[in-house]
Amino acid sequence: MKGFDYARASDLSDAIGSTARLIAGGTNLLDLMKLEVETPEVLLDINRIGLDQIATHGEGLRIGALVTNADCAADLRIRQGYPLLSRAILAGASPQLRNRATTGGNLCQRTRCGYFTDLASRCNKRQPGSGCDAIGGVTRNHAILGASVNCIATYPGDMAVALAALDGVVQIAGPDGMRNVPVRQFHRLPEDDPSRDNVLAAGEVITSVTLPAPGRGRQIYRKVRDRASYAFALVSVAAIIDMVDGRIARADLAFGGVAHKPWHDPLVGQVLLGERPSPALFRHAAELLLEGAQGHGGNDFKIPLLHRTLGAVLTEATGGSDVFQL
Amino acid sequence: MFRAPPARFVVNGAEFDYAGDPRRTLLDFLRYDLALCGTKKGCDHGQCGACTVIVDGKRVNSCLTLAVMQDGCEITTIEGIGTPHHLSALQRAFIKHDGFQCGYCTPGQICSATALLQELRNGWPSIGEPDDDLRERMSGNLCRCGAYSNIIMAIREVIEEPAA
Repeated sequence: MKGFDYARASDLSDAIGSTARLIAGGTNLLDLMKLEVETPEVLLDINRIGLDQIATHGEGLRIGALVTNADCAADLRIRQGYPLLSRAILAGASPQLRNRATTGGNLCQRTRCGYFTDLASRCNKRQPGSGCDAIGGVTRNHAILGASVNCIATYPGDMAVALAALDGVVQIAGPDGMRNVPVRQFHRLPEDDPSRDNVLAAGEVITSVTLPAPGRGRQIYRKVRDRASYAFALVSVAAIIDMVDGRIARADLAFGGVAHKPWHDPLVGQVLLGERPSPALFRHAAELLLEGAQGHGGNDFKIPLLHRTLGAVLTEATGGSDVFQL
Repeated sequence: MFRAPPARFVVNGAEFDYAGDPRRTLLDFLRYDLALCGTKKGCDHGQCGACTVIVDGKRVNSCLTLAVMQDGCEITTIEGIGTPHHLSALQRAFIKHDGFQCGYCTPGQICSATALLQELRNGWPSIGEPDDDLRERMSGNLCRCGAYSNIIMAIREVIEEPAA
């Protein structure tokens, strides 16, 4: 690990506008610092500035940026109103990591791949302009949607996929005041600058994430991975589906493991609205979602896998019992 | 030399100060500075769980947190859980059920399971299948010898035995 100075923030104002790298749980940052992928010169520890409560916010909830993943997933208000979020968090990492990882830190975990963490490889995310050794390399975990010629890494988190489906909003404090960014717009696609994973500007700090009123509908998080536990998603589907009189009245969907960010395509939900569930309808939605999807060899399987996983989730969410046919 | 404010924290009931290089992980502090070598370094990247200790009642990977970050915290390592003559219920159950072979992962398994008992008492949820939930709840601890089924039997016995 490269050397660094360390300081403790005593309140939020210490962190706003700071040029130091903020550390909360540190589970991703310290891991990457050990690999010398991340080499901050100054760490500012923000674990003692509050922001660690979940509170009512209108008809929804406000989750403080420093609420741990474990506390968030165990919170009764979350489990009752937003079981999707609780289950997505519990589908990620390990109990030890969830006890440290925080709401804000989890959002800021790096979009990454094995070439990003291997200093011997070229990586535009780690070293802009150096190239991408993932393209043409081992691509089992890589993106099928929204990638660019510069980067095909995937955002590995589960929590943010659920927050995208739930249409959460990130509160950000900066030197010029507060701003709100929907979770769906918080993370970036790689385009020509893969070094930036999200829209946070220098000196800005996430203070909380708000959730709208839970609303009606069945909430499902389905994660497909290589191991039964403690592995990143190959693909995941977060869904909130409500049925009224046999027709789909709500369809909020987000997808993990397939892009540089939690993937949300409003057209996929829209095509389901007002319709009666059927294999043909689900197939149509999946085809719309995967229009333009591109594999890179080792991850070609993700295209049919996401198609089938979406179909299975929609079948389950709409009360169907038939096995979904591709 | 890199700058950092000192940290004062409690390990197994005794108070310690740390005022050294901020790069020191809690794991290395325990092993090198306090010679508490029960806590093991496996992967050093939060993947294997061998370094699991209990900080303020929560199980964490001591390899992925810094000694300077522990200011004001209360830490329990395997040395604070039991001694050869006063084993905890989990330690006795691991011996009874052969919950280890080489023993390298065992301190982490015991610390993790000790905190897990409290998580169960607190009603913390899990996405594991109801009859197979302990495997999910212990998925942060690897065992290369593959003593998993015996580890699960040991933990299950402690969960199911009536409170003393």
